[in-house]
Amino acid sequence: MKKLLLAIAASACATVASAEDIKIGVVLGFTGPIESLTPAMGASAELAMKEVTESGKLLDGSKVESVRGDSTCVDSAAATAAAERLITSDKVSAIMGADCSGVTGAILQNVARPNGVVMVSPSATSPALSTAEDDDLFFRTAPSDARQGQVIADILNDKGIKSVAMTYTNNDYGKGLADSIQSNFEASGGEITISAAHEDGKGDYSAEVGALAQAGGEVLIVAGYLDQGGKGVIQASLDTGAFDTFVLPDGMIGDSLPVAIGDDLNGSFGTVPGTDSQGAEIFDKLAKDAGITPDAFSGESYDAAALIMLAMQAAGSTSSADFKAKVMEVANAPGEEILPGELGKALEILAGGGEIDYVGATAVELVGSGESAGNYREILVEDGKNTTAKFR
Amino acid sequence: MELLNPLALLGNFLIIPGLTYGCQLALGALGVTLIYGILRFSNFAHGETMALGTMATLLVTLWLQSAGISLGPLPTALLALPVGIAICIFFTLATDRLVYRFYRRQKSTPVIFLIASLGVMFLYNGLIRFIVGPGDRIFTDGERFIFTAREFKEMTGLREGMAFKTTQGITIVVTIVIVALLFWFLTRTRTGKSMRAYSDNEDLALLSGISPDKVVMVAWILTAVLATIAGTLYGLDKSFKPFTYLQILLPIFAAAIVGGLGSPLGAIAGGFVIAFSEVALTFAYKRVLGYLLPEGQMPEGLVQLLSTDYKFAVSFAILVIVLLVRPTGIFRGQTI
Repeated sequence: MKKLLLAIAASACATVASAEDIKIGVVLGFTGPIESLTPAMGASAELAMKEVTESGKLLDGSKVESVRGDSTCVDSAAATAAAERLITSDKVSAIMGADCSGVTGAILQNVARPNGVVMVSPSATSPALSTAEDDDLFFRTAPSDARQGQVIADILNDKGIKSVAMTYTNNDYGKGLADSIQSNFEASGGEITISAAHEDGKGDYSAEVGALAQAGGEVLIVAGYLDQGGKGVIQASLDTGAFDTFVLPDGMIGDSLPVAIGDDLNGSFGTVPGTDSQGAEIFDKLAKDAGITPDAFSGESYDAAALIMLAMQAAGSTSSADFKAKVMEVANAPGEEILPGELGKALEILAGGGEIDYVGATAVELVGSGESAGNYREILVEDGKNTTAKFR
Repeated sequence: MELLNPLALLGNFLIIPGLTYGCQLALGALGVTLIYGILRFSNFAHGETMALGTMATLLVTLWLQSAGISLGPLPTALLALPVGIAICIFFTLATDRLVYRFYRRQKSTPVIFLIASLGVMFLYNGLIRFIVGPGDRIFTDGERFIFTAREFKEMTGLREGMAFKTTQGITIVVTIVIVALLFWFLTRTRTGKSMRAYSDNEDLALLSGISPDKVVMVAWILTAVLATIAGTLYGLDKSFKPFTYLQILLPIFAAAIVGGLGSPLGAIAGGFVIAFSEVALTFAYKRVLGYLLPEGQMPEGLVQLLSTDYKFAVSFAILVIVLLVRPTGIFRGQTI
């Protein structure tokens, strides 16, 4: 009798182990400087999880559940605590996040590495993360800003702009991007008249703009955040007539900025990771059908979550130590190309021992230590809207 | 003509922003100084009182806008201001009744009051975020500019533009009116005189039959009026974001102390001293010097004394220097 009970218990355990409820942490700055982007980002990641759950093909029909945590984008202590809670108390198998570079680095070093949990960030773009110690646990579907600096320098050169002023938000993201733009632009013969930091969350940026205006320049590069100092600097520049054209890197691209500033922003241009691949269109439609308005980094978020689940399937395990080596494999060639909405098919191929090349919403191609190679959309603000000028 | 270009340049980036900021600080410092003079404690909740009054004004403004009422070229918020003030007065009086009166009866030391005001600050803080949230709100409407930088250039033919925003104009005009009214009230009316008497010497004032409750009440009402106006002007000129009202507390206190705590005239002077030092010390003078120096002598560097990051450090530094050298402030106020 005892043996029978044990056998039943053992078989019950075995079923639980094969079709378990998988939890994935979604750590994004739901409050803070990019809070206008994160709702769509989180929802996009959850869209991928829903798709996988409904397909019923992940690890013999496991359900995937999202557990959200607030990274705040700026407060490393709060972000670390949120991630710690997800791992120790909610027992998530992997983290989709974080968003801003500073908090992402903090979570990676203080939580992900000690606990050995895989992190896939959709939007941390600081060049410093390329070389950070990560025990092969860290990946990002967003490219490093070292690439964005090159793209921005190219755009400036194409437009024949020779001299620019630059301001950046005083953190890892802003500083890294500003350095990258400066080195690339100066290498191609351009002049940066001033590169000054601004602090987020202030009421008044007229003093900062005063200094920028004195240095002069044809346009102003604002490597900041659209809900924060970046917007304040643009508003103050327009008010004082200091600059009328702005270069907007990815942190400044979002539908809320042209709405907040109005027609004066027309003619400004910028960059945001993105591709003209079919995947982007399909994702747009998927997202809209699900009631999500895709904004910057929504596609990357979908892809980040999808990569985690595909790697789990490829490894046949939800343990980070097992599937961390599979992330690059499922993301890159060779194999069958996988577009958004085809996650079920991908899981089936993997279950059958086949290979896939995940393309996803943003033409994912992981290079180096596991970061996106970097396709950018050149944005032009026209008639109060962000429009796509071309792809780079 | 040679001098006009650098003047316009300074006007655009230094003088007009400095004047506006000075007015906003002066109105805030007046409130702090009044409470210090009458109730004898540093009211740390003042920044949040400003935010509270502004929030009330903001909500009424939104309601007016949705009802289609506007003031034409002027911001609708001016119409909503009296209601905002009334709501703020209600809150300050209620707080006094529920919190500060208890400590007055206990004859508590100023430090106890100060800590109590810190508690009130956090309470207001939470209340405001609970009602309108922590986000940034722009509630300015009407004409944005009295004249823009481009119009100024066309008008004068100068190479440098100078912009003058409607909100900056309103800030300066309203401050002049309010300060004039306040001084008339303090020096000419019976209540105002009794307040000054109470502030100068509480015992003598009580002996001559001045009601302390009434003086305290009027002080809170005046503070609420000043805080709401200062907060609304600041919010109109920048944008309404609860967090910035916490940050502005430091320059306001610096202004009140530099001018001399308890001295209304000092608060105004202090406001402008702090505002102009913050702006002038962090300004880059490269192009101004470019105009003034002989041809081709434009300096290579920015000629900036301090990076703009150190703006708040300037008010701190001035505060420390004043406390060391002349603790009573410019206008011989009380020492802390």
